[in-house]
Amino acid sequence: MREALVEVKQLKKYYPITGGIFGRTIGHVKAVDDVSFAIRKGEAFGLVGESGSGKSTTGRTILRLTDKTAGEVKYKGVDLHAVSKQELRRLRPSMQFIFQDPYSSLNPRLRVGDAIGEALMDHGLADKSEIRERVQEVLSLCGLAPYHIDRFPHEFSGGQRQRIGIARSIILQPEFIVADEPVSALDVSIQAQIINLFSDLQEKKELTYLFISHDLSVVEHLCTRIGVMYLGSLVEIAPRDELFARPLHPYTRALLSAVPIPDPRLKRERIVLRGDIPSPANPPKGCKFHTRCPLATDRCKEEVPVLRLADSDHQVACHLV
Amino acid sequence: MTNALLTIDHLQTHFFTPSGVVKAVNDISLRVREGETVCIVGESGCGKSVTAMSVLGLVAEPQGKVVGGDIRFDGVDLLQLSPLEKQQLRGNDIAMIFQEPMSSLNPVLTIGEQIMEPLWEHLLLSKKEARAKAIELISLVGIPRPEEIMNAYPHQLSGGMLQRIMIAIAISCNPRLLIADEPTTALDVTIQAQILDLLREIKETYNTAILLITHDLGVVAEMADYVVVMYAGKVIEEGPVLELFSNPRHPYTRGLLQAKPVIGQRKKRLNSIPGQVPNLIGLADSCYFHDRCESCMSVCRLKQPELKQIDDGHRVACWLYEEESGLA
Repeated sequence: MREALVEVKQLKKYYPITGGIFGRTIGHVKAVDDVSFAIRKGEAFGLVGESGSGKSTTGRTILRLTDKTAGEVKYKGVDLHAVSKQELRRLRPSMQFIFQDPYSSLNPRLRVGDAIGEALMDHGLADKSEIRERVQEVLSLCGLAPYHIDRFPHEFSGGQRQRIGIARSIILQPEFIVADEPVSALDVSIQAQIINLFSDLQEKKELTYLFISHDLSVVEHLCTRIGVMYLGSLVEIAPRDELFARPLHPYTRALLSAVPIPDPRLKRERIVLRGDIPSPANPPKGCKFHTRCPLATDRCKEEVPVLRLADSDHQVACHLV
Repeated sequence: MTNALLTIDHLQTHFFTPSGVVKAVNDISLRVREGETVCIVGESGCGKSVTAMSVLGLVAEPQGKVVGGDIRFDGVDLLQLSPLEKQQLRGNDIAMIFQEPMSSLNPVLTIGEQIMEPLWEHLLLSKKEARAKAIELISLVGIPRPEEIMNAYPHQLSGGMLQRIMIAIAISCNPRLLIADEPTTALDVTIQAQILDLLREIKETYNTAILLITHDLGVVAEMADYVVVMYAGKVIEEGPVLELFSNPRHPYTRGLLQAKPVIGQRKKRLNSIPGQVPNLIGLADSCYFHDRCESCMSVCRLKQPELKQIDDGHRVACWLYEEESGLA
């Protein structure tokens, strides 16, 4: 087994809810509630879950784009939430973030070349004469043409803008990239192009990904190990093939059976979950999934299941497994 | 074979913008029979939503205008109706479900008021009857505690529940045709599964015809009886769902089917369609897909292929299947 590049231990991120005329804290939204997992060097780790499950907050907290409430995140053994601002800044180039919406994540008044080269300059990683060359290099790596360098973001389509976002992050030669729903805003034919770009880059640059998505079919295609989140907790972690062939958690099973498959001949027995995902401000007691779980017992209503090893490399948090 | 409920013939809806005329819907024809689900599938900007808007007379004038063709619902020409007649038709016979349940309900009215409105406007029920019917509708779409929900405001409900409310409003007057524009795109998969089940139930119980607009081929495979594939304002292929998925003919349809990652069928690389959807302003007289097509021939750059029957009920607009292509 390869060494862990990123280790997340009992990470928590709570957002306060304020109320009353004095704006006192009256509760917390537990966006990430005691999450532990490791991302190994060179792998693409997929984090899936529905909206409000805390997957984006997990990604942001890992890179310290937002401060944690408790727990630790170790990147190559260094606790990212404990290091000084200067030290963090020194580490930044090697960990990058790709955003979901290619329309709002680029400055509309900055030429593409400047937007991509900016980070190199800021970190003092290249001098002015070098930058243009380096930018053109990553542009072509990301499937754009060298003449795009002097254009503005509005001149590009959604797929091209996402390529620019990717170029911006890889110009710093990172080792670790967190990509938050990078293909969700794109059409199918464009989505395929970007997914292929992600796998090409991983091969060429030996990147490690944390790939956040709600789309199980995208994650299956791109990721080698997958974690499933529900209401701020990880409910199952397994290697891709294992997870899709033998999902253990009832939520994972329901999620898998809910994905529509483009084959009209296929008649599947679908597990339809009742109800909605509960509010993370007031999650159910015991197992958070018990309100929607078709198999819930009395024990599930009382006792919180812990994430434990069910098989070699297959972890699950469920009393029934 | 049952009769066509909705017939669209050579519909053209254009938008007049400062930079030129956008032919959003460019000569399309389609039929929806009673009790049938027809899916329009395509990528953003292909004209699928504008087609639906044209049927309901909701195209924003003066920028947008239906400039040609006709739309018949049960024999009545919808384009000739007065605003009042249109209003009576909408809601009563044709109902629409929009993509964004969060923004299509009025935030300052209670759910109850919004469900009851069509009941007294269209069915002329009394307040008391409308209330009873509204409660019945809310439980029909699978929401528990309907009396409480009646007094709730939209912000108090989740996206999935709001979409159920939208469906309740849409079916309140027993429409014969339900137009659903990406009804599950804004929802999570487990909630999407619930909503698709609900739509199927409604279709079976009331024999409602559904015109479903989506970009998701998975949803198409689950819901459709008949599929219409659109590209750049044109219908490029259509056919019964089984035929279309097992035997897609148009290179674009094939590309779309291969571009989508499917669980359990992992490939080393996804087949992607190169390039992007063309700008709809000032398109030349060619096949609009030619610059992205693997099988592009010289004729494709010069002339537009017509939608032609190739098999029973399966039609395609592509020079590959026309004898004329050999001559050109």
